[in-house]
Amino acid sequence: MSYLVGDNMTGGYGAADILHGCNIIAEKGEIAVIVGPNGAGKSTAMKAIFGMLNIHTGSILLDGENITSLSPQARVAKGMAFVPQTSNVFPTMSVEENLEMGAFLRRDDISKTMDEVFDLFPILKDKRSQNAGELSGGQRQQVAVGRALMTQPKVLMLDEPTAGVSPIVMDELFDNIIEVARTGITILMVEQNARQALNIADKGYVMVQGRNKFTDTGQVLLNNPEVRKSFLGG
Amino acid sequence: MEDLLNAFFLMSNFVFVPAIAYGSQLALGAVGVTLVYGILRFSNFAHGDIMAFGTMVVILFTWLFQSYGINLGPLPTAILALPFGIIATAIFLLGSDKFVYKFYREKKAIPVTYLIASVGIMFVLNGIVRFIIGPNDQRFADGERFIIKAKAMKQYLGTAEGVSIKVSQGLTVITAVIVVMALFWFLNKTRTGKSMRAFSDNEDLALLSGISPDKVVSVTWILVAILATIAGTLYGLDKSFKPFTYFMLLLPIFASAIVGGLGNPLGAIAGGFVIAFSEIMITYPYKKFVAYIVPGDWKPDGLVQLLATDYKFAVSFIILVLVLLFKPTGIFAGKSV
Repeated sequence: MSYLVGDNMTGGYGAADILHGCNIIAEKGEIAVIVGPNGAGKSTAMKAIFGMLNIHTGSILLDGENITSLSPQARVAKGMAFVPQTSNVFPTMSVEENLEMGAFLRRDDISKTMDEVFDLFPILKDKRSQNAGELSGGQRQQVAVGRALMTQPKVLMLDEPTAGVSPIVMDELFDNIIEVARTGITILMVEQNARQALNIADKGYVMVQGRNKFTDTGQVLLNNPEVRKSFLGG
Repeated sequence: MEDLLNAFFLMSNFVFVPAIAYGSQLALGAVGVTLVYGILRFSNFAHGDIMAFGTMVVILFTWLFQSYGINLGPLPTAILALPFGIIATAIFLLGSDKFVYKFYREKKAIPVTYLIASVGIMFVLNGIVRFIIGPNDQRFADGERFIIKAKAMKQYLGTAEGVSIKVSQGLTVITAVIVVMALFWFLNKTRTGKSMRAFSDNEDLALLSGISPDKVVSVTWILVAILATIAGTLYGLDKSFKPFTYFMLLLPIFASAIVGGLGNPLGAIAGGFVIAFSEIMITYPYKKFVAYIVPGDWKPDGLVQLLATDYKFAVSFIILVLVLLFKPTGIFAGKSV
C-alpha cells in the first residue's frame, strides 16, 4: 500500500470539473513531482489531496486511512503540511515567530524541531528576529518550508516552491528538499521548472487537462522523447 | 524669564496636560478599533457606543457601591466598578458576535457588510444605553479632584500662572500606560497573542497552522471590551458621561486609528496623541500666551484662536482627509483603507 494516494480524483472549484480521474501516488520518503502545462490542474490536484476543494468522485488515502472527508486543518493534525505558492509566511512576524506558529498545534517542546529547521536553513538562524516580510524571496520560501516542517509532518506538499526565485536559490531549495526527503518525509510538489524538478524526482506525473498523461520515474520521463518535445522544450 | 515660565505653565495647564489625558483616552479607543480592523477585518462603527455601554455599567455599579458607602478614598469609586463594566461589555460583545457577526463570517461576507452590521449594533446599543441611563449628562467622579492645584502652585512658586493636574488626568495616563504595556506583552509574548497577530497577518495560513478562528475572534472581543470600557470610564471621569458625546467620539477615534495606520496598535496610540494635540492646539485661544512672550504693547486684541472649539471635530476630519490623500497607510505602515 502506498503512503499517500489520490485515487481517481474528479472535481473542481465550481460547477465545471478541472480534474478528470487524476491519480497521484507517493511512497514514504519519496519525492513525487507534478509537472505539466499551464492550466493542467497541477495545483488543483495538490489542493484536492489537501482537502482545499471538493472532489465528488475518488478518494484520498493517507497511510491506508481514508481521509477524503477531512478538512485541511484535520489533515494537518494527521501529519500533512502544505506550503502555498504565495502569501505563505506571516509578514509582520519574526522568522522565529513564524516557525512557532507552524508548531501551534503542538504542546510539546518545539526547540529541537526549530534547531533542525535552522540546521536545514542556516540563514534563517541569523535572521530569526527579523520580520519574514523583510526577507528576500528565496529566504521567505525557506521560512515557508520551515514553518510547514514545524508540525513534524509525514507528508510535505509544496506548491511551486521555486516560483520567482533566482536559479542559484532554486538549486539550493531543491537540495534542501532532497535533504528533507532523506529524513523519511514524503514530498509532493508542483513545479514549473519541470526539468530540474524531474531531475530530483523519484516519481513524476505529467498532467494535461486534468488527466494523467505520463507517469514514471523522473529519469525515465526526462528521457522520454514525447515528454521532452511537449513539455521540456526539446 | 518669569514671563517665559508663565507662558510655559499656561500652555501646560490648558494644552499639554489636557491633551495628554485626552490623547490617552483616544489611544485606548483607537487600539480597540484597530484590533477589530486587523483581526476581524472591518471598521467597527459601534465602538463609541460600546464605550458608552461599558461606562454606563460602571456608573451603575459606582452608584451601587456609593449607596453601600464603599469607596476608594482619594481615588474614584468607578475603578472598583470597572471589572463589572468590562464583564458586562464582554458578554454583550460575545453575544453580538454569536448572533450577528458569526452569521456573516460563515457566509464569508465582504467587509462592508460587517460595517453595516456594526452600524446596526451601534443603534441597538444607542437605544439600550439611553433606555437604561437616559440621554442626560451624568457625573460620577468622586474622591479627590486634584493632584496638583494651580492656586497652590502659584502661591508656592510666586508665579502668575500655575498648572493643575486632575486626579482623573493622572489616572488616565497611568492606566493607559499600564493597559497598553499589558496589551503589547500579550500580543508579543503569549501563544494566544501571537496567534492573533498571525491571524491578522495571513488568515489562510493561520488556518493551515491549526489556529482556531473562533478562539481568536472571542479573545479579540474580550480585549475590545476591556479597552473600550476603560477608555470610556476614563473619559467619563475626566469630563462627564453623555451617550451622545460617546457616539461623537467615534470620529476622533477613527481618525486616530487611520492616522496611525489601521491594524497597527502602536500606530493607534501615536494617532491618538496626534489627533488630541491637534484638536486642542488648534482650538486654544493663544491671546494670553502671546501676551507673555511679546513685548508689553504688542499684546493682541483678538483671541488668537485658529478655530472655535465648536469646530474641533473638523480638525480630526481635516487630518483624516490629509492622511488618506498623502499617506493612506498611516504614519506606521498599516493597511490602506
